[in-house]
Amino acid sequence: MIPGSFAYHHPKSIAEAVALLADLGEEARALAGGHSLIPMMKLRLATPEHLIDLSGIGDLKGIRSDSGDIVIGAMTTQHELIASDLLTSKLPILRETSLVIADPQVRYMGTLGGNVANGDPGNDMPAVMQSLGATYHVVGKGGERRLAARDFYKSAFTTALQPGEILSAVRIPVPATGHGWAYEKLKRKVGDYATAAAAVVLTMGGGKVASCAIALTNVADTPLWAERASQIVIGSALDATTVKKAAAAAEAITSPASDNRGPAHYRTKMAGVMVTRALGRAKERASR
Amino acid sequence: MSKVQSKVQVTMKVNGKAVDALVEPRTLLIHFLREQLNLTGPHIGCDTSHCGACTVDLDGKSVKSCTLFTVQANGADLLTIEGMAAADGTLHALQEGFREMHGLQCGFCTPGMIVRAHRLLQENNNPTEDDIRMGISGNLCRCTGYQNIVKAIQFAAAKLNGAPFQEAAE
Amino acid sequence: MNDQTPTSAQRAEALQGMGCKRKRVEDIRFVQGRGNYVDDIKLQGMLYGDFTRSPYAHARIKNIDTTKAAAVPGVVAVLTAETLKTVNLAWMPTLAGDVQMVLADGKVLFQNQEVAFVIAEHPYIAADAVDLVEVEYEQLPCNVDPFKAMAPDAQVIREDLKDKTEGVHGKRKHHNHVFNWQMGDKDGTDAAFKNADVTINEMISYHRVHPCPLETCQCVASFDKIKGELTLWGTFQAPHVIRTVGSLISKIPEHKIHVIAPDIGGGFGNKVGAYPGYICAIVASIVTGRPVKWVEDRIENLSTTAFARDYHMQTEIAATKDGKVTGLRVYTIADHGAFDACADPTKWPAGFFNIVTGSYDFPVAHVAVDGVYTNKAPGGVAYRCSFRVTEAAYCIERAMDILAQKLKMDPAELRMKNLIRREQFPYTSALGWEYDSGDYHTALTKAMDAVGYKKLRTEQKARQDAFKRGETREVMGIGVIFFTEIVGAGPSRNCDILGIAMFDSAEIRIHPTGTAIARLGTKSQGQGHETTYAQIIATELGLPADNISIEEGNTDTAPYGLGTYGSRSTPVSGAATAMAARKIKAKAQMIAAHLLEVHDDDLEWDVDRFRVKGTPERFKTMTELAWAAYHGVPPGMEPGLEAVSYYDPPNMTYPFGAYICVLDIDVDTGVTKVRRFYALDDCGTRINPMIIEGQIHGGLTEAFGIAMGQEIRYDDEGNVVTASLMDYFLPTAVETPKWETDWTTTPSPHHPIGAKGVGESPNVGGVPCFANAVNDAFGFLGATHIPMPHDHWRTWMAADKLGLHA
Repeated sequence: MIPGSFAYHHPKSIAEAVALLADLGEEARALAGGHSLIPMMKLRLATPEHLIDLSGIGDLKGIRSDSGDIVIGAMTTQHELIASDLLTSKLPILRETSLVIADPQVRYMGTLGGNVANGDPGNDMPAVMQSLGATYHVVGKGGERRLAARDFYKSAFTTALQPGEILSAVRIPVPATGHGWAYEKLKRKVGDYATAAAAVVLTMGGGKVASCAIALTNVADTPLWAERASQIVIGSALDATTVKKAAAAAEAITSPASDNRGPAHYRTKMAGVMVTRALGRAKERASR
Repeated sequence: MSKVQSKVQVTMKVNGKAVDALVEPRTLLIHFLREQLNLTGPHIGCDTSHCGACTVDLDGKSVKSCTLFTVQANGADLLTIEGMAAADGTLHALQEGFREMHGLQCGFCTPGMIVRAHRLLQENNNPTEDDIRMGISGNLCRCTGYQNIVKAIQFAAAKLNGAPFQEAAE
Repeated sequence: MNDQTPTSAQRAEALQGMGCKRKRVEDIRFVQGRGNYVDDIKLQGMLYGDFTRSPYAHARIKNIDTTKAAAVPGVVAVLTAETLKTVNLAWMPTLAGDVQMVLADGKVLFQNQEVAFVIAEHPYIAADAVDLVEVEYEQLPCNVDPFKAMAPDAQVIREDLKDKTEGVHGKRKHHNHVFNWQMGDKDGTDAAFKNADVTINEMISYHRVHPCPLETCQCVASFDKIKGELTLWGTFQAPHVIRTVGSLISKIPEHKIHVIAPDIGGGFGNKVGAYPGYICAIVASIVTGRPVKWVEDRIENLSTTAFARDYHMQTEIAATKDGKVTGLRVYTIADHGAFDACADPTKWPAGFFNIVTGSYDFPVAHVAVDGVYTNKAPGGVAYRCSFRVTEAAYCIERAMDILAQKLKMDPAELRMKNLIRREQFPYTSALGWEYDSGDYHTALTKAMDAVGYKKLRTEQKARQDAFKRGETREVMGIGVIFFTEIVGAGPSRNCDILGIAMFDSAEIRIHPTGTAIARLGTKSQGQGHETTYAQIIATELGLPADNISIEEGNTDTAPYGLGTYGSRSTPVSGAATAMAARKIKAKAQMIAAHLLEVHDDDLEWDVDRFRVKGTPERFKTMTELAWAAYHGVPPGMEPGLEAVSYYDPPNMTYPFGAYICVLDIDVDTGVTKVRRFYALDDCGTRINPMIIEGQIHGGLTEAFGIAMGQEIRYDDEGNVVTASLMDYFLPTAVETPKWETDWTTTPSPHHPIGAKGVGESPNVGGVPCFANAVNDAFGFLGATHIPMPHDHWRTWMAADKLGLHA
């Protein structure tokens, strides 16, 4: 219940934050919303000697359009994502996802950056970012890099972030107007991590699927970009047989943990069910 | 392993009053409120940020004060249950509603629940029942089964809107 | 008398007495955050205690080194079993006649067991120091399965009992055995089964759960060296018992122990017994000479301060082919964890499990319970359930549904056929309880009519056909239960806690100006006693409830009581309240007669006054009589107007109810949606309908949690895998169904105001109702018994086993 001691830093700029992380090394952790890190610190599963609070850095906030992309500052909270009219009209899957993350209080503090960069397989946004083909802006002492969300996750709590780097923004190409989308999450109760969840972003053309991206949450030690499952439905009318094949392909790449949400076998099957239902809802929402 | 941790200065406003204090960086906001400011209204009900009994209002946001360090609240404007009633002691519509509708039993979740409900009604001053249930999904109660808490919030919403309150038939 | 004179009805209403929805007195402070809970207490010089705990479920302790911990600046002391042995407190007695380690003595027996107690100036320092206590463990094989624990070669758990073949409840048949308890007519029951047309036999398990009140267990102990007196504030549902037990084990004389239970944030049975944290805080205060506060965190609470249920009941019913039950046989393995710390009345090691014949007229029955030790947290406690009544009700209600299915009878019809009839009351069950009153058929009929039961079954049939045709992937379940519970422990002839009879008490004092104070031996943890006891007194004495203050929890001032659990406050202290009030009323009547210069018998009571029969305009109100009691009493009478009653109930009370649940299950995910839940409760006389409804809502919500996913689960290595709120299922407002409540009123004939108690009924009836509904949903596909909890994955697995995912 009580965290260990640490020194607290409150940098005013990205440069200052990055410099601190470089100087303090391994014993320093970035503090974003804190609603993953602080619970771990209270259980003493994380014992950083330095916390670098990013909340004072204005350049990490904001949601803006930028030549066909939407760029979201890493310190944007889930609450701000939900409240954004721009996102509601251009990237409605984000709002739907935010609303099934945790609870109202956690959403006031939890950030997009924390949710995508922490590497917790239970976080919901990584799979959504993979389905959107998003790119992460990452800043370290050596400057800025851009990493594809689909290549970002290595294993539980291990990402392509190098020591001393922080995520500064998420860049998402705006899907075509009239695209279909859904984030289907099975959970034990409000606030829980996914038993299994599927993100689907697709476009239809003449009654057939023109493009499709499916990604899965919490059924492996990383989010899963279900490329094969996505390809199976392209060109189809999302008939039952094709959807079944796609679900099976999605199930085939899962390796969930057996935990209190259920045995691995069940969670794999639920990934398939979530894919099926997400495809159905995405199709209903697509307007062509 | 035991580090001598230097304390950090924090300034904030709590229930309208200016506060100036020295805290260890690791001091959780809930402990600061309860132990240093003697505001024992917000309570501790879990260790994993689930129960919401510690909920306070910080710069217009409902937050679980057990999951914030006091230093993160530096410069903030805080409201706890102790600040809900008017200066002359008149109860807030929510406090009145919880009593009218029997929205509490042991009282332990109540401060967090009321402060959350307050922000909920700022977000949406005419919430449906589903809105309310989603809106308080970060606050656990073991005694009431939530049904009368929903009624209490509906009572308060009606009162704050100057509308008549109709208890839904069951 | 004129138009301005209030009528009797108006005067009664103004009293806010029994039967009205009086708003709660305690709310005024709670809604302002001004409750006074244990952790709110701050005393000068107060220290903080915290535990170092065992990561292992079963291990020898080779060495404990507290040097590093003790060296942390701000740490004042570190206690181990060795320290406690010097004051003979390394072990403490449990309420079940067993003994329990306060701090690990030579070995640990369950994960997170207390090993050392660190006392420091600040809780943060204590938290740092507990990690620095160095313990050398030698792991031992552990056993978390009560069946395996009884195998001949099973690892010995209780080495302290190793050669003891006699336990406090009789013979022990195995080194991990606690007790065997039996009740009923074994031979008669065996005969009934031999001659039965139809029998069913099912292992019905009630999984381990935990009461999990929102406020954890905590205390502040302050020993005054000069006076030799201990003051102990704590989360105590039974403060007097804590005082007496505390005196017996600490040898501090009882009059020098002041136990105070302030506001308690929920109890649900978790806060009845004594825990190592309390003992260690007391010893720490004695050793340091300063107050010591101990507050457990949630993980500690869920994994160490008791547990509930863990009953595995092999259940058999014998019946005729047209559905008349002829015999019941239940053999139970009861998992008690490492120490039997059950909070049962002494003579009842399996609580009142023999209520398992339930609401049905079984001519003969036999039950046997074997208690077993395992490497799990000690206990169990009665989580909103009287004593093992939830286990018994779950058992019989599931079993009746299994029988109905075998007989191809509707479960409501089977119940109607077997419910005890109104004219049979008072009814003596085959297992020895005398049920006080009931009108079961009326209640069940009312419930069935209210939900449109026949239409629901018709709808269900249509949906079952649609499912078979592949038109839907949802199955609909209807759960019906009819519970009888036994509460209000209890008569001194068969109920005592450590030798103290389970009476309870009320002391009422009327002040000269006609307001009053009453103190009770019970202790509310949210049940609204400050509001409801005043309502009883208001009606009995004609004084406005708002003028009556109610106090509980301070053992110096409250008359001795056994506390609040097992729904006993209304049946026992409520009765004491009425009896004390009636003593006062009798004295007031004599004062009135004296003032009005009539004979006592010439007076009649009218709401709030005694009036002369035939001349109603001559009266004295109770308020006037209060004043008179302090200066104008008849010659020879003592002044003052007060009374105390210690009420030894002649019997328990038997609330009952009919619950019906409708739910729909998505067979492809295992997700259950509760469509409606209708609860009809009969608790006899209803003191405050608003509070009763609140209790039903709360109890049903706990039942929903238990039935649909709440569990304390251990893996094979003895790790408790559901010890935080991440995994211990507490429903939010979103999952929790909407509850419909209704009632009938069948007063208890032996209770002064006819009231039976109601707080635990919804947990007793709720769990089997959900379970029956889930089972009913799959019954048409061949399922006979799907065990709880009915969380998503288990429900899905049940569907999978039935071949529904092919």
